[in-house]
Amino acid sequence: MSRILVLFAHPALEKSRVNKSLIKEIENIENVTFHDLYEEYPDFYIDIKKEQKLLTGNDIIIFHHPLYWYSIPALLKQWEDLVLEHNWAYGSKGNALVGKKLIQVITTGGTSQAYKKNSFNRFTIREFLIPIEQTAVLCGMIYLPPYLIQGTHKLTGNEIETYAAEYHKFILNLGQEKIDLNDLLKYETSNDFLEKLITNKNA
Amino acid sequence: MHNDSFFFQALVYLTAAVVSVPIAKRIGLGSVLGYLIAGVIIGPLILGLVGEEGQDIMHFAEFGVVMMLFVIGLELEPSLLWKMRTSILGLGGMQVLVTSVIIAVIAVIIGVQWQGAVALGLTLSLSSTAIVLQTMNEKGLMKTDAGQSSFSVLLFQDIAVIPMLAMFPLLATQTISSTDDHTTIVGSLPGWAQTLAVLAAVAIIVVGGKYLMRPVFRFIAQTRLLEIFTAAALLLVIAIAVLMTQVGLSPALGTFLAGVVLANSEYRHELISDIEPFKGLLLGLFFISVGASINFNLILDNPLLVLGLVLALMTLKSLILFSLGKFFKINTDQNLIFSISLSQAGEFAFVLFSFAAQSMIIEANIINIMIAVVALSMAMTPIVIIINEKLILPHFGTKEKEEKEADTIDEENPVIVAGFDKFGNVVGRLLKANGIGTTVLDFNSDRVEVLRKLGIKVYYGDASRHELLHAAGAEKAKLIIIAFSNAEKNLALVETVKKHFPHLKILVRALDRPDAYELLSAEVKDVYRETIDVSLRMGIDAMRYLGVRAHHAHRAAKTFLKHDERALRNLAEMRGDKKQYLSAAKQYIAELEEIIQSDSTDPELERDAGWDIDSLKEEVNKGEFKIPGKS
Repeated sequence: MSRILVLFAHPALEKSRVNKSLIKEIENIENVTFHDLYEEYPDFYIDIKKEQKLLTGNDIIIFHHPLYWYSIPALLKQWEDLVLEHNWAYGSKGNALVGKKLIQVITTGGTSQAYKKNSFNRFTIREFLIPIEQTAVLCGMIYLPPYLIQGTHKLTGNEIETYAAEYHKFILNLGQEKIDLNDLLKYETSNDFLEKLITNKNA
Repeated sequence: MHNDSFFFQALVYLTAAVVSVPIAKRIGLGSVLGYLIAGVIIGPLILGLVGEEGQDIMHFAEFGVVMMLFVIGLELEPSLLWKMRTSILGLGGMQVLVTSVIIAVIAVIIGVQWQGAVALGLTLSLSSTAIVLQTMNEKGLMKTDAGQSSFSVLLFQDIAVIPMLAMFPLLATQTISSTDDHTTIVGSLPGWAQTLAVLAAVAIIVVGGKYLMRPVFRFIAQTRLLEIFTAAALLLVIAIAVLMTQVGLSPALGTFLAGVVLANSEYRHELISDIEPFKGLLLGLFFISVGASINFNLILDNPLLVLGLVLALMTLKSLILFSLGKFFKINTDQNLIFSISLSQAGEFAFVLFSFAAQSMIIEANIINIMIAVVALSMAMTPIVIIINEKLILPHFGTKEKEEKEADTIDEENPVIVAGFDKFGNVVGRLLKANGIGTTVLDFNSDRVEVLRKLGIKVYYGDASRHELLHAAGAEKAKLIIIAFSNAEKNLALVETVKKHFPHLKILVRALDRPDAYELLSAEVKDVYRETIDVSLRMGIDAMRYLGVRAHHAHRAAKTFLKHDERALRNLAEMRGDKKQYLSAAKQYIAELEEIIQSDSTDPELERDAGWDIDSLKEEVNKGEFKIPGKS
């Protein structure tokens, strides 16, 4: 059983129907700690000690957020800047996070088609996420492929529900260590991995 | 038929009261004056229905004062009493001291022996608890500054009577027979044992009141015999009075203490309503007997002397009280009510004078005249209070506010804002601007009127009455903002809400640090000290003017606030134990020291390391930087 910490960062959750249904599904899972950063620190005054304690107490860290200007929301960046201290998270004596897993769960307005070379956004999602990936690596963590919910502006209620159910199941399986992480790491996104699982099963 | 029979006496007194009090009340003189006039009418001067035994009845009726203090104690919680300590000791102590000294000096100047002069000074420094509190209650002045100050002074005086009684034998020019000393059980004991007995008696009242009386009352209440509960209440008061008398303390003080101890119990209202009628009747009886005992023959023999003395005494006492009131920063209008109300001599003067007469401290003819002066000054009090109200106070621009009926409320909102001055006003406006419905309550009728004129819906009423909260939709509301500028009012409302509407989330304004402690001890989680945020904002600007970067100053203030809030909560928890050991001043200094010390030792205050990484620079320069977990 892995303990999971969801660091949720959304400055305007009241306007996001997608994220509202996503988090509704995961808030009550037994070994999941749901931590709503904008609710906890509306003034950006982050309790560093408390955050570090939360990190130490969990095995899988999820950054759950919308993609803003191809990056994470401001508060999550502030959180990185202050919580991931030298000689705690990184540096020759900083090994508090070694071996933990980091995974991003991201909602984007643009569709997956828009995130391609020669397409609207010119780069892939993974390319945009390199700073986070390297942050994880510098802290000795394992960066797992992100789970994406894309084209959110056009999603129907049913589609949102499908995503929410899939997300719920994915986290449940991660927590119960039912997912082969070595296999997962081979994929560009967690979505690709899950799709493959389904096609394999059906085949 | 002569006035020997009990029923005849009862007939006389009751008729006098029933006829004269309603009339006096109707024409605006108040009940006290009504009783006094009734006493004069049935007394020797006019009808002569009451003679010598008037004095005995007066002593019996003094028990009304004892009951009154019990009821006052019940209405006063220990925390409130503790808050009033400066006013009781300071204002009360100064009043007794200054008045005694000045009267004694005057007496010496006009040729009274010094011992007699001291006795006169002490005796006349006291005021009449019965007359003042009864009058103030009737006028609804008890909760005002004047009422609270008067109460403080009277309470101190009631305590001061005890050492005075002990002092009089020392002043005696002629030793009195020591048999008097043995009227109490402890009188014959050695000094240390007497002290011990006094302490034991007080302990019995406090401990018994706190732990024993509640189960006893519960047991009695379960029998559902109302008259037995009343009997038990009476028994309690009388038993305490007897106990106190036996150890040589004032019965009034003892019952007051018992009242305070029982103020937190669930039987408080039951006890008040049981004792109230007895108290009222006995006090009435007392006032009648004061009226009846005025020796008009003596006054008619020396009209100028007696009236002159009454006038001089009341003027002098008023002036001293007024100056003290000024010193203790009471507003002029309140100070006038306060100083004029307490200008008479009190009922204890009768006791002290008879004691002084026995021990020959003061000459008999002086005492006779002084007793007439005391009685007359008591009778004059309601009259001068009326004169003050009608003729003097209007010049100071403060009329007594008319009692307004509470408004009826026809809204159902998630938020109730109680208290809408500058503080609650901002909270309410913020909520309203964001479309959150608020029901606003305030008990300042002027403010309600002004706000209503501005189109803001504010309801008038005392929010600590649970009926009003009910009417304001407290059942359906989610939270209540308590923001009066009066700490006691806030605390009272917190209690009411917790008791009657436990589902409501409570957010309270605290006026200062001690007030915040008080609220935290009352288990309120959300306490808002009213000046801390503004002070910090000012501090931020001060830092910025000195060249500190805005963001740094802002974060520094945040850190300070967080730290201070934590210290506040810690100290609030510790406070309970400390209270017993340290005087208020000592405690305050200790707390301040603790706060400042922990400011300078808390590493949290310097925690922005993520943005300023000296350790990283060092490591890189040494060439030791590497990714953790990898060799």
